[in-house]
Amino acid sequence: MQAFLALIRKDLVLYFSNKRALLVNLAAPIFIAVFFGSLFGGGDKKTAPIPIAVIDQDQSEVSRRIVAGLRADASLEVRDLPADAAAAQVKAGKLKVVLTLPKDFGKAAARTLFAPGDRPVIDVQFDPSQSMALAVVRGLFTQQVMQHVTGALMGSTDNVTQDLLKDMRAQLASSAGLADGQRRDLLNMFDAIEKVQAGVPAAPGTQGAADAASSAGQPAAPARGGLRTPFELRETAAKANRAAAYNAYSQSFGGMGVQFILFMAIDLGIGLLLMRRMGLWKRYRAAPLSRLQLLGASLASIAVIAFTLLMVIFGVGMLFFGVRVEGSLPGFILVVAAFSLLTASLGLLLAAVGRTPEATRGLAIFVTLILMMVGGAWVPSFVFPEWLQKAALFMPTTWAIEGLAAMTWRGLDFGVAALHGAVMVAFSAGFAILALVRFQWEE
Amino acid sequence: MLTVEGLKKTYGSRTVVDGVSMTVAAGRIVGLLGPNGAGKTTTVSMICGLTPADAGEVALNGQRIGGDASPVKCRLGLVPQDLALHEELSARHNLALFGSLYGVNGAALKSRSEEVLALVGLADRADDRPATFSGGMKRRLNIACSLMHDPDVLILDEPTVGVDPQSRNAIFANLETLRDRGKGLIYTTHYMEEVERLADEIVILDHGKVVAEGTLDAVKRRVPQVASLSLLPAAPFDAAFLADLPGVQGTEWRDGRMVVSLASLDAAGSVLNRIAAAGHTVLDIQSGRATLEDVFLALTGRQLRD
Repeated sequence: MQAFLALIRKDLVLYFSNKRALLVNLAAPIFIAVFFGSLFGGGDKKTAPIPIAVIDQDQSEVSRRIVAGLRADASLEVRDLPADAAAAQVKAGKLKVVLTLPKDFGKAAARTLFAPGDRPVIDVQFDPSQSMALAVVRGLFTQQVMQHVTGALMGSTDNVTQDLLKDMRAQLASSAGLADGQRRDLLNMFDAIEKVQAGVPAAPGTQGAADAASSAGQPAAPARGGLRTPFELRETAAKANRAAAYNAYSQSFGGMGVQFILFMAIDLGIGLLLMRRMGLWKRYRAAPLSRLQLLGASLASIAVIAFTLLMVIFGVGMLFFGVRVEGSLPGFILVVAAFSLLTASLGLLLAAVGRTPEATRGLAIFVTLILMMVGGAWVPSFVFPEWLQKAALFMPTTWAIEGLAAMTWRGLDFGVAALHGAVMVAFSAGFAILALVRFQWEE
Repeated sequence: MLTVEGLKKTYGSRTVVDGVSMTVAAGRIVGLLGPNGAGKTTTVSMICGLTPADAGEVALNGQRIGGDASPVKCRLGLVPQDLALHEELSARHNLALFGSLYGVNGAALKSRSEEVLALVGLADRADDRPATFSGGMKRRLNIACSLMHDPDVLILDEPTVGVDPQSRNAIFANLETLRDRGKGLIYTTHYMEEVERLADEIVILDHGKVVAEGTLDAVKRRVPQVASLSLLPAAPFDAAFLADLPGVQGTEWRDGRMVVSLASLDAAGSVLNRIAAAGHTVLDIQSGRATLEDVFLALTGRQLRD
């Protein structure tokens, strides 16, 4: 029993004597728990609004009210952009959705609310990796349209509504397919609307008032009689190559590839520290080699391994899961190369800061988890609070994941890759310089 | 010839090497002897350019060893105390790697690998991984890696730590061969029998300072004690009663034997008489000249393995 207790005591003393590892073991789960808790309902913090653009080609009273309603909704950030700029931004992933309200949308929507016939078509361009955002926008837009189209119909005293009612009475008179009962009900409703507009309250319990009250906000109804959604959505995934379907594997291969390449680089960085512990570093340093040569060789070898692994990972994605480089192939290679360099410099920096293999391992796991979470590899960044979305721009992984997405399924051009590559190279240079300064050369 | 002049190194307020100087000529082995913490490894690190010296200079054949990439380092070889080998690479691959670091390549790299493998007796294991080697074989490969660039001076930092006597003898034979080929060697250790066996000259360090240097005989002559008595008593006893005898410089127990340091063998008779008078039985008596252990004891007042 004494030996058993001594063994336990030894383990406890060894574990708790490594303060840095202990701190990381405690800090990592707490940080991640707080992170996800705050994202999914913890506290009363609001998520950042979803950036969208609305191109209002109608410019009617109804369309303006719809746009104003969307703008007033805290879940959305409606940006004023020309159509071309909006289309470019949604392709680049900077906007989640672009809605285009066609000319005469207001009139056509009101007209088709009750009557059969072609409904106005809303052109929707969306970021195909953000299906949750699209669903939110779709719901909020429908709410605004129903509210303002029916509002205009019921409460407006302008000529538009009266003209509409006149048109609809004419259509009703000429419609042979309606049963007498239905025709009578609709006429009652039109009468009730006109009374409301004229300031005469509808008598409680009358058929027209009941119909008018109950029909607002109803979901799409059959074309024959009743209310229906007064528009159609024509949704288009915003990609350079519209012929190719969005492939979610492209996004997941990018995210997971980045994550596990980072883990690999950390292992190699820790390998450097193990080499020092084994005396190998001393032997290397005894040779006529500069520090730049020594660390540069490590950097290069890690980068080559990272590049090879990431290419193989995407190769598997291409062979078996339909992942495609729909943008620039040189751009894709540039992004992979820049990320490989970034990975290597991060591995070196962690080794320089951690100083011992044990401390570096804990620190590296913590840093990598933060980079991946905030970089948007685990959950879409639009669910982040606004400050975190801004902070993500300072995460090199954000640029890696976005760069890979830009070159694969988004199908963007080399210029975009050059920007992402340049940012990653800048991060790499910073990390490498810090590593060179902080690296402990002497034992 | 390697010349080390006035090396000094301080960490904070602690001076670990304080004005160390020495010379290593071609075809000579210099034993750098001192207890743990004497400053041997720091001295070696400064000689090899791994640690910058606060003061002093190291030069090889008149050329100062400068920074990290100094070409003079090509003429130096370092055998670290640790087994600095890539265990998952073959012996041949390890040799090729370390040769390449010094600019050895092509056919020269191959022939040099064969040469050093033969020297350390590992030619038949060239394609095996060090992970499969015994401790002694790893030590020999550790030395071989430092010979790939055919250095003029080889610096060995306690190269026999943890090896069995047979492997140690094999290593000594390798080092003697290198000396015979005209290489200069610095051999750091705290095993005085190793230095007595190998070294042509000795530098003894204590607390970062050179306390004695020269040939083995010259160093031994610096000690007033010229002889010792080694006694095997029937039962251990307290030797304090011998301390006041004329000519007795000290007593200590070593491996079950009582060793009495004497200024002269003339004092041996009175020592034996007093032991007999005290009623102690001595089973075996040996006399000898001063050893390095005695020298160190006389110079520093403490034993080498303190």
